[in-house]
Order: sequence, then C-alpha cells, then structure tokens
Amino acid sequence: MTLNRNTRIAAVAAFLAIVFIAVPAAISASGRFDLYYTLTSVALLSIASAGVWLTFYIGRINIGQGAYALAGGYVSAILVMNHGWPFWPTLPVAGLFCAAASVLIGLPILRLRGVYFAMVTLTLTEVARLLALALPVTNGAKGIVSIPLPGALSVFGVTLIPDFATLQNSRLAFYLLAVTVMVVCFAVMYRLVNSRIGRLCQSLQQNEELASSIGVNIAYLRIIAYAVSSFFGGVSGAIFAAISQSIYPSSFTVTDSVNFMLNCFLGGLGYVFGPMLGTLVLYFGWDLLFQTGQFQLLIYSGLMIVLMLVLPNGLLSLSEVGRKKG
Amino acid sequence: MEQVIANGLYLGAQYALIALGLTLIFALMNVLNFAHGQMYVLGGFITYTVYGQLGLPFVVALLASGVTLAVIGALMEKFLFRTVIRRSHREESTMLLAAATAFFFDAVILLLFGEKQRGVPKIVKGVFNDAGIIMPYDRIVVGVLAILFIAAFVLYMQYSRVGRAMRALAQDRVAAQLMGVRVDRYSMIGFAMGAMLAGVVGGLLVTITGVNSGIGGPISIKAFLMVMIGGAGVVGGAIAGGFILGMMESVGLTALREYGDITYLVIFAALMVFLSIRPNGLMGKPWG
Repeated sequence: MTLNRNTRIAAVAAFLAIVFIAVPAAISASGRFDLYYTLTSVALLSIASAGVWLTFYIGRINIGQGAYALAGGYVSAILVMNHGWPFWPTLPVAGLFCAAASVLIGLPILRLRGVYFAMVTLTLTEVARLLALALPVTNGAKGIVSIPLPGALSVFGVTLIPDFATLQNSRLAFYLLAVTVMVVCFAVMYRLVNSRIGRLCQSLQQNEELASSIGVNIAYLRIIAYAVSSFFGGVSGAIFAAISQSIYPSSFTVTDSVNFMLNCFLGGLGYVFGPMLGTLVLYFGWDLLFQTGQFQLLIYSGLMIVLMLVLPNGLLSLSEVGRKKG
Repeated sequence: MEQVIANGLYLGAQYALIALGLTLIFALMNVLNFAHGQMYVLGGFITYTVYGQLGLPFVVALLASGVTLAVIGALMEKFLFRTVIRRSHREESTMLLAAATAFFFDAVILLLFGEKQRGVPKIVKGVFNDAGIIMPYDRIVVGVLAILFIAAFVLYMQYSRVGRAMRALAQDRVAAQLMGVRVDRYSMIGFAMGAMLAGVVGGLLVTITGVNSGIGGPISIKAFLMVMIGGAGVVGGAIAGGFILGMMESVGLTALREYGDITYLVIFAALMVFLSIRPNGLMGKPWG
C-alpha cells in the first residue's frame, strides 16, 4: 500500500460515514426505502464473497460458498425454530458450525488444486442442496418458514439491540446489522491479509512447494484460511435467513456460488475490498437492468464479457492503469 | 440386472461424449468451459429446429448442430478466450469469462427458443425386448452412434496430423510451439471440436429426452463430475468417467429407489472420498 497512514484513516472514516450516516439519510430523504433491502443484500453477499476472496488469496478457486451460506442459514433457522434459541447467539454458532464443517471437508479437498478444487467445491454446493432436501431436520423442499425476527439483545440489563419486531423500520435495522457485520468482516480480513499469516498465504498463492520447503506449514494455513472463509459464508447465510424469515434448499444454489466467485473476479483478486465493489456493481447492475425485461440476462452477461475483455484483472485494476500513466 | 447394465451403458456413452468435449478444451487451453452444458442445449435446439420443425432428415440436423457449435466454439476461442488469456495476470480469469458466456448462452437460448420443453418425433420406432432387456430402438441407435463418435474421435486424436498436434499441445504448450506447432490455430480447432461434440450430443439426445433451456447448468455439473472421476485433460479419463457415472446413475436409481431421490447425494459423497484418495482422478495429470 502506497497510501500513508493519515489518508488511510481518513478513507476508512469517510467510508464509515457514508455507509452509516449518508446512505440512511439519503434514503429517508428520497423515500426509496426499497433500497435498504438491496443494500442489505449487497452487504451480506459481499461478506460471503469476502470469504471466497480469502480462498483465492491462498490460490484456490472456491465455488462452494453457497454450501456454507446454506448451512449457516439452516443452522440458525433450526436453532431458532426447533430449539427456541434467540437469534443473536445463533449467528456465531452458525459461523462456527460452518468453520468446523469446512475443516472436516477441507482436510481432504484442500490438497486439490486449480480446476480440481474448483470443480469439487462446485459439486459441494450441489451436495448441500441435496442434503437439505434429504435430511428430515431441514424439512425438505418446503424449507423452514416464518422464522421470527431477531429479538432484543441486552448485556447486564443494558439493551444493546432492540427487538426487531417492535421497530417501526426493521429494514433500517437490518441494513445497519448487515453493514456492521460487513465492516467487521472486512476489517478482520484486512488485518489478516496484512499480517504475518497474510504474507504466508501469499506465498502459498505463488508456490506451495517452495513455501513448504522454507518451513511454512501449508496444510495448517490452508485450513485456517478456508475455515475463516466458510465462517463468513455461514454468518452471511444466517443473517439472510433472518431477513427473509425463511430458508429453502434453493436459497443458495450453484448460481449463487458462481456469483460469489464472479464478485471477487470483478472487483479484482489483488484487492481486499475487491469483493465489496464487485458485489455492489454486479447486484446493482442486475437490478438496474430489470427494466429491460427479457433482455436482462442477455445485456448483463454481454456487459460482463466486455468488461472481462477490457479489464481482465478487475475493476480496481483501473487505479493501476492510471498510476502507470501518471 | 441386465436391464440396469444396458441402461448404464447407454447413459455412459452419452456422458462420455459430453465429457470428451469438456476435457479436450481443458487439455488444450486450461479453460474450464462452464458453458459446455449450454452448448449442449443449443445443439439440441438446433436439431429440434432442423429435424422437428423444418422436417429435414435427422442426419442433416445433427450435422447442422455440430457445424454451428464448431463455428461458435472457434469464434469464442479467437475473440474471447485468447484475448483474455493474453491480457490477464491470472489464469483463473478465464473462468469468469466462461461463466459469463454460460449466462450469455442461457439468455440467447431463452430468447430464441423459449422456456418450453421441446421434443422431436422418434427417429426409429419400436422397442427391443429380448433376454430380459427392454430398450427402445431409438435409444439403441443413439447409443451406438455415440460409441461410434467416441471411437472416431479417439482414432482422429491418435492418428491424424491435427490430433497429433493437439496432443502435443496438451502435453507441453511451449515445447509444442518450439517444435513448430501453430499453437493459436490448433487451440482454435480444439475449442471448435470440443464445442462440436457438445452440440452433437445435444442433437442426439433431443430425440430421446427432449430439451429445455434450463438443463444447461445441470449438464455442465455432470460433465465436471465425469472429468473429475477420470482426471481432467485426459481423453481416456473422460471416457472412463462418462461410463462410470452412467453406470452409477443406473445402478443407483435401482438400488436406492426405496430411500427416495438420493442417488446423486451418494454419488457426490463417494466422489469426495474418492478424490481425497486420488486427487487427480483415475488417470489425470498431476495438478491440473
């Protein structure tokens, strides 16, 4: 990073001000309350995409994030509905469940590389969907519906988060929740990438044999990165289930998994904030094209192909082009 | 039992032909062609139009499917994949392009042919019923045709000049270039051939199962499965993978019938275990 410390702090402050103050203010001024839902989705999807990005960082193409998002959503929904848990503790539990599952699954499959890993994770998404259909606890194709809104969260009698059901504007509450989690996730990721572990992960991306010959514990690092990635996926899935108050086997499918991957590509694989930008552009692009009706997918995919031809290294690589010229 | 094996062989022949195209493209360009299932659907719809709507002979329709897809494949390689591979820092970028083309084909197919399930009249009437095997004649014809195509493909790859060049490319791109193989040209031919195979299978299968615009994705996933079983980028592996998957599906549908629709779950789980023991599939080259 060439930016110095002060500009970086200023940039983060500006970003926080925009997402927490400017966006809600602009929405309430314009009266477009439906945008809350869109932005909430963007925030949640970018959390899941951030996980995918992290696996890219260790040199693996992960098309299996949909599986963990689905698992996280189901864990949260089942705990709330069948075991009477409040929503808030299910959030970390869903994440941890996914992380634990990813360690078990990752131990064998992280030995694979390149397209093999990509294809295995792709089928993993399909496995998750079929499991959700087959297991008795997930209620098959009917899914789990009418999940209650998150309740109040209080620590030592102090109400930190009010009951969502009593709020006038639960959309705003969900927006703030999603954005907060997103900010935390990206902060964690930024910290991780710029730490010793992050540098080691980069060495994995370039040459695993070389890294391991210098004494890097590659198996351990791969598992850690994959577990963090799946944790993100699980958390995002859990919040998604809470917002839509339902979860079905088809809530996260192969298309979603591919989209998570595309978000990362589009934003740029070399940039921590790439997945956030990629998700924003793709999701809004898709939404804006809604007016074109039946040509929506055609224009969308056509634009994506053109974008790929012009900027194959992601949107954020534009800044590099500028720097080289200047 | 004989019935199950016959069904498995028939399915396997189709699957192997689909997997061959995918693995050929992968071997030559290191591109995982997400749009393979969509190419298959497109081939199916072209045969539907030429044979079912216009009433021309089936052979003409099959030819039309193959040629159209070959042209599309060649254009895709020349104008899309080659450019992106040249400009991008990372090889994986081609996956985004492949996924985008898959979406694009989906959209085109939907616009041109609609979302209805389409079928064509049977090419051969009647049912073979002997020795405990019941099999409609058209399935037998399609199965035999598929096996013929596979044999022709293998022989072509083995003995023709183009086939030799492509095998050299798959083994070592740089070395092949140094030996005077025109890399760009043969990449394009390879991509066109892979796409053509997808189109031909689509054309063959439209006579049996029909075709609709939504099956592209699932077909791609099946093709990935076969390639993983056999090992990516190996012709023999794709054929083996196709027949193994066809057999497993056929056996699974019979053996697991009373447990409900879990055949694919079992296949996936078995694949995970298999891949943890043999990460490169049956005969794949190490590290794809």
